[in-house]
Amino acid sequence: MADLTIRNLKKSFEDIDIIKGIDLDIKDHEFVVFVGPSGCGKSTLLRLIAGLEEVTSGSIHLDDRDITDVAPAKRDLAMVFQTYALYPHMTVRKNMSFALELAGVDKAEIDRKVDEAAQILELGHLLDRKPKALSGGQRQRVAIGRSIVRHPKIFLFDEPLSNLDAALRVQMRLELARLHHELKATMIYVTHDQVEAMTLADKVVVLNGGHIEQVGSPLELYHHPVNAFVAGFIGTPKMAFLKGKVKKADRAGVTVQLDCGPEYQLPLDGSRLKAGEPVTFGMRPEHIEVTAADASPFKVTLDVTEHLGADTFCYVKAQNGETLTVRAGGDYGGRFGEQVGLIPDLAHCHLFDEKGRAVPKPGAPAQAA
Amino acid sequence: MSISTVQDGVPAVPAPGPETVKADKRLHSRVGLLTVSPSVLALLVWMIVPLAMTIYFSLIRYNLLYPGENEFVGLENYYFFLTDEGFVHGALNTLWLVGATLLISVVAGVLIAVLVDTPFWGRGIVRVLLISPFFIMPTVSALVWKNLLLHPVSGVFAAVWNFFGATPVDWFAEYPLQAIILIVSWQWVPFAVLLLMTAMQSLDQEQKEAARLDGAGPIAIFWHITLPHLTRPIAVVVMIETIFLLSIFAEIFTTTGGGPGYETTNLAYLIYSQALLQFDVGMASAGGLVAVVIANIAAFILIRMIGKNLTEKA
Ligand SMILES: Nc1ncnc2c1ncn2[C@@H]1O[C@H](COP(=O)(O)OP(=O)(O)O)[C@@H](O)[C@H]1O
Ligand SMILES: [Mg+2]
Repeated sequence: MADLTIRNLKKSFEDIDIIKGIDLDIKDHEFVVFVGPSGCGKSTLLRLIAGLEEVTSGSIHLDDRDITDVAPAKRDLAMVFQTYALYPHMTVRKNMSFALELAGVDKAEIDRKVDEAAQILELGHLLDRKPKALSGGQRQRVAIGRSIVRHPKIFLFDEPLSNLDAALRVQMRLELARLHHELKATMIYVTHDQVEAMTLADKVVVLNGGHIEQVGSPLELYHHPVNAFVAGFIGTPKMAFLKGKVKKADRAGVTVQLDCGPEYQLPLDGSRLKAGEPVTFGMRPEHIEVTAADASPFKVTLDVTEHLGADTFCYVKAQNGETLTVRAGGDYGGRFGEQVGLIPDLAHCHLFDEKGRAVPKPGAPAQAA
Repeated sequence: MSISTVQDGVPAVPAPGPETVKADKRLHSRVGLLTVSPSVLALLVWMIVPLAMTIYFSLIRYNLLYPGENEFVGLENYYFFLTDEGFVHGALNTLWLVGATLLISVVAGVLIAVLVDTPFWGRGIVRVLLISPFFIMPTVSALVWKNLLLHPVSGVFAAVWNFFGATPVDWFAEYPLQAIILIVSWQWVPFAVLLLMTAMQSLDQEQKEAARLDGAGPIAIFWHITLPHLTRPIAVVVMIETIFLLSIFAEIFTTTGGGPGYETTNLAYLIYSQALLQFDVGMASAGGLVAVVIANIAAFILIRMIGKNLTEKA
């Protein structure tokens, strides 16, 4: 069992509030990813859970045990650091067995556990090397091995892949997913890379400025972001945001007049909106279709187009100067400066009120921001 | 000049096979030799001339009190130097002085460096104060120790002893070598602190945190993380200090003058007293060469023991 419960957790450094009240439940076997922009407090939150920072207020419970003030080593957690933090003068084997030796586990048991971890991570032939004789990916695996041997209740990872090159990062990502499955472990993983978050997580926690913006499965966040921040953070390329005003709003739908021209009727529950209220209209690049200029009221000018093979990303400029990104087919042949029309898929578009909160779909439970 | 030769030479070389690569390397090493030769030559002259003169002096009778009697005496000077009553004392005292000071400066240096690594109020000033003894002239610090601190009548230590009702100790009479070791350590601990303190700053904090998560307490972290991290700078401290401590002179000269008896005479001081107190240049030269041999043996042992530590890449 490994259920982590965090209640009203706060942390300040010298009177500056960094973590501003976090409530979070993490269930056994879950792969939870903390994601957010740099400096939002992801590492700090992880270090609070690990016990490397002292909590200012609030509580952390692991199962039914209050671990808020328990020493890091006694929390049944293991952490993999961004820089791996391997002990440079110890062999791989010694690196992995260090914790067990300190805990006074007997020699045969240590060897068994280290060999088992080495086998899982395919480190068998490297056990007698020092860390400096290893490649980045191998060091990463040793760092993971060091946490595996302790059989912790929860694994903590702080941006473990950010020091690897792109190809290795994809490979290690798959390996981590496999490892999570194999060990049936509970994992908390910090990253600023939303692709890692989307691909690995059972549950994504979007952090911003020291508080949680939204918690949910990757697809929930993608389809039902509760506010403009989450909508903009999840998905690449970014969701486009266009300014507009509410023309008419009721329980069954909202009509918005965009500043750049077109008027759209959205199937959203507009009972909280008033006519004339300024709103932000959001649509993802993949939910927009490009057509001829006269086939749509939404006319834009093509700026740069990027051909990626399977897709083409078109950066376009609306008549009032607002810019947005559109995804077109791989063989799209639009030219720089060309006038085109856009047709958004209204079922997948989002609307955010003045405070950035999402206007809910009809029938959806209202979510607090 | 030589660099341009290389650059001119390179395009002329055909497609680089293993042979041409070898030739290229040979050319490079020859050019390298050529460029360093002036400085090597200057160094050789710088070393060889005095060495040759010393060897020559050590083989003749050369006493300033008996000018003109400079006949060749073979190894007689060496024989007299090595069998002189002072030599055994000098060698043992040198060993003691170097060994004890090294031990003190490494142990104290590590402890102080680790202590001042944790942040506290006024750490910057404390660090500067800790290092400052190193910048005081040896003669000055020896005089301060002799007259202000260890003096049996007017010294600070005597005052402390008196305060507790004890009889003040006449350090230079009762514990002369220990007193010298104390003074020399006071000068060289700061050097160790300086080196080890900077080394502490390059210790990865995440390593310590990883160790904490692995269940290591402060002592285990010190043994398993900090100390291994410091082996290299400790090796540097030992090597550099050994070289300087072998030739400690000013501290002895200003305090005990090698006495009482031979109790604080080290090899450097013995040579000085041969040459300038007994005016025997021949024997002093022989002593100097013996000291050079000893220093080389020490250097050889040190490099065998810890040199590997330094050349190994991080
Ligand atoms: N030990 C510390 N002392 C003071 N400020 C800190 C400390 N650790 C982190 N911070 C601050 O907390 C904020 C969040 O840091 P961090 O959790 O590392 O962000 P990230 O989400 O990029 O991992 C940053 O503004 C950082 O400057
Ligand atoms: Mg971070």
